[in-house]
Amino acid sequence: MALETDTMTKDPILKVEHLSMRFGGLMAINDLSFEAYRGDITALIGPNGAGKTTVFNCVTGFYKPTMGMITMRQKAGKEYLLERMSDYEVNRDAKVARTFQNIRLFSGLTVLENLLVAQHNKLMLASGYTILGLLGFPTYKAAVGESIERAKYWLDKANLTDRADDPAGDLPYGAQRRLEIARAMCTGPEFLCLDEPAAGLNPRESLALNELLRGIRKDTDTSILLIEHDMSVVMEISDHVVVLEYGQKISDGNPDFVKHDPKVIAAYLGVEDVEVEEVIEQIAEITPGDTH
Amino acid sequence: MANISQTNVVVSNNLMARALREAFYAGLVALGLFVLFVGLKTDQNILNELVLVQRWGLLAIFVAIAMVGRFLTVAYIRPWFEARKAAKAAAPTVEREAGFVARNFSLLALIALVIYPPVMVALFGFQGSLKWVDNFGIQILIYVMLAWGLNIVVGLAGLLDLGYVAFYAVGAYSYALLSSYLGLSFWLLLPIAGVLAAAWGTILGFPVLRLKGDYLAIVTLAFGEIIRLVLINWTEVTKGTFGISGIAKASVFGIWSFDVSAANNFAKVFGLPMSSAYYKIFLFYLALALCMLAAFVTIRLRRMPIGRAWEALREDEIACRSLGINTVTTKLTAFATGAMFGGIAGSFFAVRQGFVSPESFVFLESAIILAIVVLGGMGSLVGIAVAATVMIGGTELLREMDFLKQIFGPEFTPELYRMLIFGLAMIVVMVWKPRGFVGSREPTAFLRERKSVSGSFTKEGHG
Ligand SMILES: Nc1ncnc2c1ncn2[C@@H]1O[C@H](COP(=O)(O)OP(=O)(O)OP(=O)(O)O)[C@@H](O)[C@H]1O
Ligand SMILES: [Mg+2]
Repeated sequence: MALETDTMTKDPILKVEHLSMRFGGLMAINDLSFEAYRGDITALIGPNGAGKTTVFNCVTGFYKPTMGMITMRQKAGKEYLLERMSDYEVNRDAKVARTFQNIRLFSGLTVLENLLVAQHNKLMLASGYTILGLLGFPTYKAAVGESIERAKYWLDKANLTDRADDPAGDLPYGAQRRLEIARAMCTGPEFLCLDEPAAGLNPRESLALNELLRGIRKDTDTSILLIEHDMSVVMEISDHVVVLEYGQKISDGNPDFVKHDPKVIAAYLGVEDVEVEEVIEQIAEITPGDTH
Repeated sequence: MANISQTNVVVSNNLMARALREAFYAGLVALGLFVLFVGLKTDQNILNELVLVQRWGLLAIFVAIAMVGRFLTVAYIRPWFEARKAAKAAAPTVEREAGFVARNFSLLALIALVIYPPVMVALFGFQGSLKWVDNFGIQILIYVMLAWGLNIVVGLAGLLDLGYVAFYAVGAYSYALLSSYLGLSFWLLLPIAGVLAAAWGTILGFPVLRLKGDYLAIVTLAFGEIIRLVLINWTEVTKGTFGISGIAKASVFGIWSFDVSAANNFAKVFGLPMSSAYYKIFLFYLALALCMLAAFVTIRLRRMPIGRAWEALREDEIACRSLGINTVTTKLTAFATGAMFGGIAGSFFAVRQGFVSPESFVFLESAIILAIVVLGGMGSLVGIAVAATVMIGGTELLREMDFLKQIFGPEFTPELYRMLIFGLAMIVVMVWKPRGFVGSREPTAFLRERKSVSGSFTKEGHG
């Protein structure tokens, strides 16, 4: 396991330590430890069934891990042990937002409403747990105005302003992906987990997505953890890559390092460990330097 | 060309053959089903002996109906529906500009309701208007309120509740008991009944809301039955199946009473001839006001964060949780709010009847209220009000169909067929409008223009 030394000086926002998750007889994650750094886009990659989504579900409280510790450190220094929190608290208190591998939008609500639902807790407070809101208090009206402004900001970033009043289920696939990310951003997260945001997108939609992700990185201080299969996307936008295979970490470092890690190459070509050396030699013969 | 017509002939021949075959099978099934129910009947003769009556003619009619019905369905009705569907799919969908009536439907309906009692009095006189104001007007309004309450649970939050009648019962009995034991007034008890029902909704909600879909439905159904059985068996308090009678009437804010003996009797104060119609008309307007309040609250709630969270919950519960929404409290509030509406409707029911008994709170009531919500279009207040009018008004109208006695003989009682007609009507409506009368949903916020969301995008919820 090769760890790069220069990343050690960075400030970790998420620390995963000895995480294990067992489903019956299947060890979906086995003693996984890694860190994601503040301000980075960290990519979590690996072949199908490697356990990436399971890591996400553990981090966001949807699964209770069998073992291990997941620490989220907020900017203000407050620390949360995510494995002890329930799913909604992970978002509400620890400020970790997520998207899903198969999009989960509120398809019967409009795009704008989707973004307003994401600001539920803030609005709930402003409406005095509904009572002041029902009585028409001005604080609530002001809060709604603010929420709509925030929604507008993210609509603009996701290039969805024209579709704001359409049902979310009516959007094309790529726009739904962007809306899901915009909706997660409306919760005001410090850490954003994206599960295969580029899966199934055409090249144009892919470009729009990269634009949105770069925007998030540039204009907010939200750090991102990203699962992705598309290597070109990973290599282009991520600062740090963690590679999983069969629930274990096989490589961890910057994209360039990971790209040339023989274990990663072997994993992606799907060969047994004993044959790794052989494969590396073969690859070296065909494409010296670049593996893509 | 000739080829095509030839294939058409073959197809229609095939269809006829299939229709005949299926008709034959249907006849067999009907024969098997009905031979013991209809063909043979046990009866007592004058000597009190059990005799077997044979009714082969009636059985033949049943079988014939099944065969003809199946034949027509397969040969004509189904192809007709399919052709229509194909034609619809081929034709482009044109957005029609809504007419004046459609655009101002709610306002027109409200005006009609406000002038309804005076019109009835003018048409039928004070005594004659009783039936129209009470059986039709007030009863329908009670169901509207009940259905609007259930709409919050089923239509907005997507939680299938089959025991809603329990909260109706809690409201009715709260009023009946607190008014007869403690002598509290209607105006105090109305909110108390609502709060008590909401409390029961919360108590029920805690254990039950961990369940989903079918399981939730079954447990709520059981809860409805438990409440009814408690009412039947706790005889010291509820007087069991005898029910509680002589429940105090409501007064006009305590200023005028409708008790005949009271000094401040409404009719006496105004020097009017005695009639029970004043009380019914007063109750009608009271029910109308309560319904308006319920509608107002529901519309406001939908625009509150909690209302949006309810609808989001119906659409996708996991996504809700990923956005930091505590789904348990959100479900509980939906349950409690719906229960509160049910409780208020229940106390109103008690004051209207002057009598409550467990018989009024059977499962069938829950089913009818749920049917109204589904028929009206889940989530739509107007659709639900229309559905309540059609369903409750329709079944009441059956009582009025005296002319049917002339056709079917004096023993014919049309209201006995109401469940049959009710079921048929539901099937027809659901085939014709699968999403209910109003299938689309009004968004709660918009940036540029308010476009209603087609029913094909909204979900029904999974518990
Ligand atoms: N809830 C569950 N119950 C049982 N097994 C599960 C569950 N969730 C995931 N698994 C198993 O855990 C393993 C890892 O699954 P996971 O979904 O995390 O993979 P992944 O890396 O996200 O794959 P993909 O790239 O296909 O999305 C798989 O073998 C999967 O079958
Ligand atoms: Mg996955």
